[in-house]
This record gives sequence, structure tokens and C-alpha cells, in this order.
Amino acid sequence: MRQAVSLISGLLFGAGLTLSDMVNPARVLGFLDVASGSWDPTLAFVLGGAVLPMVGAWLVAARIGKPAYADTFPKKPAARFTPRLIGGAMLFGLGWGLVGFCPGPAVAAISLGGAAVWTFVGSMLVGMWLFGATKRFRTG
Amino acid sequence: MLFELNDALMGLAGGALIGLSAAVFLLANGRIAGISGLVGGLIEKGESTAKVENLLFVAGLIGAPFLMAAAFGPTMIGVTEHVGLLVVSGLLVGIGTRIGGGCTSGHGVCGMSRISPRSIVATVIYLGIGIATASLLRPEILRIIGGNGA
Repeated sequence: MRQAVSLISGLLFGAGLTLSDMVNPARVLGFLDVASGSWDPTLAFVLGGAVLPMVGAWLVAARIGKPAYADTFPKKPAARFTPRLIGGAMLFGLGWGLVGFCPGPAVAAISLGGAAVWTFVGSMLVGMWLFGATKRFRTG
Repeated sequence: MLFELNDALMGLAGGALIGLSAAVFLLANGRIAGISGLVGGLIEKGESTAKVENLLFVAGLIGAPFLMAAAFGPTMIGVTEHVGLLVVSGLLVGIGTRIGGGCTSGHGVCGMSRISPRSIVATVIYLGIGIATASLLRPEILRIIGGNGA
């Protein structure tokens, strides 16, 4: 059942990104580039539309106490603003603003965009792998 | 690109589907629908049952746009063709989201909706840097390397 849920959630996520055109980096850059003279607020509507159901989901989670097919809900992390959090978010923002892809839309666009999307996703996977490799190195 | 009312409605509807996806994943499986975490978990060490779930989620994420294009006609997207820009950007997004522990979905959608201070701070930072990069740095880079970048 957990596996069926995972596939359905992935399909819903991909459908949402496609319907809202967030799979299109040109649309995302239209939001991030506030100096172009033709600002496109779509991304704000998408984020708002996604956060609202999740506010409800967290309220439901607090009431039921336990997920349907798992033992616990993920704990809310302590409010520690570590250099890792801040530095990581800065690197991500820089990469996001250069091309207009963040991880979800880039992966979702694999069947839509040809070599450019593959190049981005391949590089992103290398970046993630590098992070994993240094983590292994640090923990011995 | 001209923004119209239809874009706002499609944005809200698409956003609601993304929120529904994250809500189902949370309430059924007790997991955060953060794409950088799900994809990163696939290529890092970890238990294989979680990896199967990650793989199925990613399969759905790739499959839905493919099926929608087959059913309703092609989805046109504009991506820069500049390989150097794509590689640098991809590396930064890959490393940055893993170091920072999340991306637009994990911090932006799942974290902000539970008023997690870490996620709110991360979102303000990557959004701010993203806006500065796209508005100020990217036009300069495109001027140097040539091309319109999309």
C-alpha cells in the first residue's frame, strides 16, 4: 500500500507541476526576474495553492497522531539556523536563478525538454552524489 | 510572456494538486514530499524499502507530464541550451538542496505549511538569492555568453 501511495503521490505532483506550467523554466524565470518589465506572478499562486492543503494536512496529522501506513509523523526540526541551512539555501538560490529549474520541475520535465533537461538533471545528480560522498568521508 | 487570469487559475489548481500530493504522502506514508530528499535518497546509502518508494514517486513525477502530453498535446517548455550554464546550475541546485536539507517542495511547501522556522528562513534565502540571480546576474551572463538563454 505504501508503494501504491508513493506512485499516486508522484503522479499528482507531476500533474500539478504540468498544469501550473512550473515544468517550464521560462515561466519560473518570469517570476524570479523582477527587472524584465513583464513580471509573471504565477509561481506565487502555485506556492499558495500548494501550501493551503498542506496546512490542513498538518492539522489533520496533529489530530490523528499516526499516519495510515507508518508509525510516526516526521518531527518538526528545532529552530536552529545552521551555516549548512543558510549556505545550502544560498547555493540552491543561485543555481535556481541561473536557469529556472529546481529539483521537482527538472525531473518532471525529463520527457518534455530533450538534451538540455538531461544535462541539468545529470549535473544535479552529480551534485547530490558529491554531497553524499563527502558525508560518507566525514563520518568515516 | 503575458500573464493572464487563466495563468493564475491554472497556477492555483496545479498548486492544489501539488499540495494534495504532499498531503497524501504525509498522512498515508508519514513522509515529506521533498523532491531533493527523495531523489537524493535514491543515490545515497539508505534502506531499500524507502528507496523503492522514492523510485515509485519519481516514476509518477516523470510519468504524469508524459501521459498528459500524450493525452492533451505537447507541453512546450523554454530551457537555455547553454551547456555550461546548465551544468553549473545543476551542480549548484544538487549540492545546495542537499546541504540545505530541502528545496521548493520540502522547505517551501511542506516546511512552511507547518510553520517550521528553518524552512521559512531557507525559503526566504533561496527565493531572495534566486530573484537577485535571475534579475541581475543572469542578464549579465547572457550578455557575455550571447543568446537569449531560453
